[in-house]
Amino acid sequence: MIRLNPRLTQNVAFAFLFFSTLLIIVPVFCILFIVVRNGLPALNWEFVSAYPRLGMRAGGIFPAIVGTVYLVLGAFVFSLPVGILAAIYLSEYAKDHWLKRVVEVAIVNLAGVPSVVYGLFGLGLFVFFLKFGASIIAGSLTLGIMSLPVIITASREALGAVPRSFREVSLALGATKWQTIRRAVLPNALPGILTGTILALSRAAGETAPILFTVAAFYLPRLPKSIFDQCMALPYHLYVIATQVPNVKPSIQYGTALVLIFLVLAMNIVAIVIRARFRKRKLW
Amino acid sequence: MRKRPHEFFIETAIFLAGTVSIFFVILIFIFLLKEGLALFRTVSLWDFLAGKDWYPISQPPKFGALPLVLGSLWVTLGAIVVSVPVGVACAVYIGEVAPRWLRETLKASVEFLAAIPSIVLGFIGLVTLVPLVQNIFHLPTGLTALSGSLMLGFMAMPTIVSIMEDALSVVPKSYREGALALGATPWQTIWRVVIPAASSGVIAAVMLGIGRVIGETMAVMMITGNAARIPTTLLEPVRTMTATIAAEMGEAVQGSPHYQSLFAIGIVLFIFTFIINLTADFFLHREMADLKKPRKK
Repeated sequence: MIRLNPRLTQNVAFAFLFFSTLLIIVPVFCILFIVVRNGLPALNWEFVSAYPRLGMRAGGIFPAIVGTVYLVLGAFVFSLPVGILAAIYLSEYAKDHWLKRVVEVAIVNLAGVPSVVYGLFGLGLFVFFLKFGASIIAGSLTLGIMSLPVIITASREALGAVPRSFREVSLALGATKWQTIRRAVLPNALPGILTGTILALSRAAGETAPILFTVAAFYLPRLPKSIFDQCMALPYHLYVIATQVPNVKPSIQYGTALVLIFLVLAMNIVAIVIRARFRKRKLW
Repeated sequence: MRKRPHEFFIETAIFLAGTVSIFFVILIFIFLLKEGLALFRTVSLWDFLAGKDWYPISQPPKFGALPLVLGSLWVTLGAIVVSVPVGVACAVYIGEVAPRWLRETLKASVEFLAAIPSIVLGFIGLVTLVPLVQNIFHLPTGLTALSGSLMLGFMAMPTIVSIMEDALSVVPKSYREGALALGATPWQTIWRVVIPAASSGVIAAVMLGIGRVIGETMAVMMITGNAARIPTTLLEPVRTMTATIAAEMGEAVQGSPHYQSLFAIGIVLFIFTFIINLTADFFLHREMADLKKPRKK
């Protein structure tokens, strides 16, 4: 058997690990660079505030931005309360028995269901069965349900990070379990819960497949009138001008991609700021 | 202290919300079955799963989903071969080798990749990767399974890296110290001690990576060419299950066999990912149990 020099082996191995890491990191920055360089020239006030013209080959993407904001807000209104209550159940109430384990497995599976299957589900349940039609409410609920597993997991971690002593003191002072959760646990976990929720919804904002059949309009040069109206959405708009409409100027395509990335990053930054401010005034 | 009436209501709501995940998993499955099973009144299950022709709108229509299932598996296989070695190596580098100051930057970059919407990655793949593959292999079109595999492998990286990193962090420090104290080099420690101890995590990372890849829709639809043929090489266009649903649902009439067949594909996808996630969860729990470290609550 050949005896390899351990020092040499280590250098070769670490070099391999390092280049593997570069193989992931470098393309990420290349992609960012390509989108910014090609998209930035297209960005101006008209692009973000005007309606599309000439079959989406000119003008702006205002209705798509507004549509995506509505969808995210709708998903937020639905999934935040449900997510918090579900997390409270898992963190504060559930005993270690089979039901808790089944809930955990269900969350894992919900997180793994492909986004296009969520689209089918939303189409079957909200659009046809509940007769909402292709509408903001159908799209928002679909995105909200899709985000739930991530929100529940993050909220549960935030609740679990609140020290046990907070609960014990409150209970010892004669508070009921719910009073304890509401006054002693939840306020301290809320920033963590908000951070997790905003991160989850930033992913939802960029999703195309779930809104494809539930809400997204190919071309709708007006703002939605109610939650039962269709709307345009940024990711679907990018899909349309990248593959469905011929002869769209690349600058418009890249510009749309840039605005979408910017929106997602802005949500991420808000989440990070909330977390950072919370850490500063942490009570324990 | 006695519970007040409103506390009874809120605690009932908490219990209901707590089990809402079970409810939604079942509801999703029920709605897929409700819309999809009707197909098998006109098409036999065997013809659907083993049929080689997918011509849903010709007369008479043919609903053979085999090319789509194989297309998904083909692209997924390619993606996993690309992404597992690189992803695991990256996780080991970040978790075990990288200096502390670099670690957070690398982690943030990988997380940033996860934040880029798949439609943007699909678009960038379409304008950069697709022409590149076409030129390198002198093909009539760059919209091939290979382009899809490379892109999906790239998109699965954040999943693989973060799961693998978690798995490495669970390995007790004493394992490393023991190996180093016996005179092993840091690499020998990683290769012979840390990675074997985290091997369940490796399997979980692979499984969840597969789950991520097989469910990806928009990027794969934009760059794999969407030809519903049984694939034989990586250098030809393929069509995946997800892309078929996304591309055809817009034209399918509600309640028509075509509409039902797309839900039937959804059932197949759902079962695939269900099994993958259960397996991954099993291995993640096994690692925790193996290392005798109770999971943090």
